[in-house]
Amino acid sequence: MKRKLGSRLYVALFLLFMYLPILVLVAFSFNASRSRSHWTGFTFAWYNKLFHNQEIWSAILNTLFVATIAPIVATVLGTISAVGVHFLGKRFKRIMITLTNLPIINPEIITGVSLMLMFKFLRIEAGFKTLILAHVSFNVPYVIFNVLPKLKQMDKHLCDVAMDLGCNWVQVFFKVILPEILPGVMAGFLMAVAFSLDDFVVSYFTSGPTSQALPLTIFAMTRRKVSPEINAFSSIMFVLVLSIIFVMQRLELRSKQVVRGRKTG
Amino acid sequence: MKGCACFVALIPLFIFLSTGFAADIAAEVGIYDKFKGQGISINVYNWGEYMSNGSDGKLNVNKEFEKLTGIHVNYTTFASNEEMYAKISSGSVVYDVIIPSDYMISRMISEKLLARLDFLNIPNAKNVMPEFGGLEYDPTGAYSVPYMWGTVGVVYNSREIKGEVDGFDALWDKKLKRNILMFSNSRDAFAIALKKLGFSFNTENREEILRAQGELKKQKELVQAYVMDEIFDKMQSEEAWIAPCYSGVALAMMKGNKDLRFVLPSGGTSRFVDAACVPISSKKKEAAELYINFLNEPEVACANALYSDCSTPNLKAFEMLPEEIKNSKIAYPDAEVLKNTRCYRFGSQELGGFIESLWIEVLVGDEDNDNWVMPVFIVVCVAAVTCIGVLRVRGKRRKSDVYAGSSKT
Repeated sequence: MKRKLGSRLYVALFLLFMYLPILVLVAFSFNASRSRSHWTGFTFAWYNKLFHNQEIWSAILNTLFVATIAPIVATVLGTISAVGVHFLGKRFKRIMITLTNLPIINPEIITGVSLMLMFKFLRIEAGFKTLILAHVSFNVPYVIFNVLPKLKQMDKHLCDVAMDLGCNWVQVFFKVILPEILPGVMAGFLMAVAFSLDDFVVSYFTSGPTSQALPLTIFAMTRRKVSPEINAFSSIMFVLVLSIIFVMQRLELRSKQVVRGRKTG
Repeated sequence: MKGCACFVALIPLFIFLSTGFAADIAAEVGIYDKFKGQGISINVYNWGEYMSNGSDGKLNVNKEFEKLTGIHVNYTTFASNEEMYAKISSGSVVYDVIIPSDYMISRMISEKLLARLDFLNIPNAKNVMPEFGGLEYDPTGAYSVPYMWGTVGVVYNSREIKGEVDGFDALWDKKLKRNILMFSNSRDAFAIALKKLGFSFNTENREEILRAQGELKKQKELVQAYVMDEIFDKMQSEEAWIAPCYSGVALAMMKGNKDLRFVLPSGGTSRFVDAACVPISSKKKEAAELYINFLNEPEVACANALYSDCSTPNLKAFEMLPEEIKNSKIAYPDAEVLKNTRCYRFGSQELGGFIESLWIEVLVGDEDNDNWVMPVFIVVCVAAVTCIGVLRVRGKRRKSDVYAGSSKT
């Protein structure tokens, strides 16, 4: 009994540690004044202002745009290259894995500066093009690393079976490999979305006059003061993500129950 | 960009409740019509939170400009002059209107990064107060049109600090230990220390700069924190009692805490002027000049001044301000006080680097410490990595031994 209390306390403290900052942020999005330390009254004003602030909205839309397009491209590229890497010989496989490892270990700032220099060298004007290319480049490794383990788990004879039964390579990929590795692909995609959404350093160096991302806009506010509208937006995002996760879990649970029901029934 | 437009349309959240601002801009509309229907867009680069954006039912400057001229504005923001300079000088981006501060303008003029303005396209430049013409950063006034200005003073809590605060000396007051805030950027911090010592803050004498560094080191143990925008919370919640800050920031803070007071040091202080310029790389200079002209429409300049709490150099906009702001000695100090203020000047890149390195020394702290910390840290890291490596190899060997052993038996 005592042990249970201890572990419960641990979990509670852990959750508090994880979520207290977010709760504070949510609370202060309802604060009447601009202060981030003084509670002066309850208001919805910041939410209202958020919807009228074109500057923040265009930054949000830029961020969402990039965090949708870049992960999609990265997922396609990453999945294809993961399959390629998987079927390589042992030695080349190890080399390729090391090479894809490097960008992850590499400090972001170096990735950012080198991309900026490359775009300049190639005379590509900074804007959505460069921002998306940059995001794709740092997203691809994460997709590869989420897909590779799934490929390893897959029964390698499945492909042979499919080919014996008359599939060509394209059909094998779409009918056999892809369904097997889909969870990994999705995980890689979601991870890429997460990285794209909150990337600051690489965007700092590669964004242009038309493509300022939200983190950069927030940073630019620090000379004066970060507006509580940002709190409001973060709260909306938090609730949105939370509800998406909740719905997904419920759906998963239900589908599991259906499967179980069929098995027993 | 079309992709983005589609995306925009897809997002149901994106409901711009049009504020329906009937543009009361009483201007000669003639010059604004020039680019209508041509689908031109210009790139504007400004400080964050520095332009009225339509929240609170205020004027949405960029939207009004688009409505009036048909020129689309791509508006982006930066947090420091250096950040903006790095982007422009790298040549990887093209901006049409930028709003740097005084010393950065003089640097960019000397590096030939700014274009001469054609004032025929900026008739509203005549609205700018005459004392802002030909300041030292742009002596001929050919490259810039002032956008906003302010001073550096001391903000303090009058309930906690009873005595008279007169100048920067109070920031070194031992009685206020751990209740003092300080600028986290080298330029403002050194300017205050130099002024305290009675030197010019544009000095190029390294002896004087080193003495200023000594002052800042002395101050360090008294300072609670080196801040950027945290100053708002710390001063308003009375976590700290005294801090140097810009006049506009002080005015904004005083709205939240009535005990806060702002003084301009009688020994003189620095003044900043942020001004609109056109980079030489701009390909739409005329449209950019129209935008600068629009910024100097009295209504627009007035809305921007009210939004940012900074002081406007635009005479007609000044006249439109509410009485209490017009008479505020913080936003608009008397001419005699202003006589005692100077703008920063850009010395040289080398000098800037020198000051920056001295500042890092101050922030990082004891030099005695950092002589051994880094090498020891590296040695520990290398040792740890080697240990892990050795252990892994051993573990593998043992495993293979086990397998070898098992296969034998």
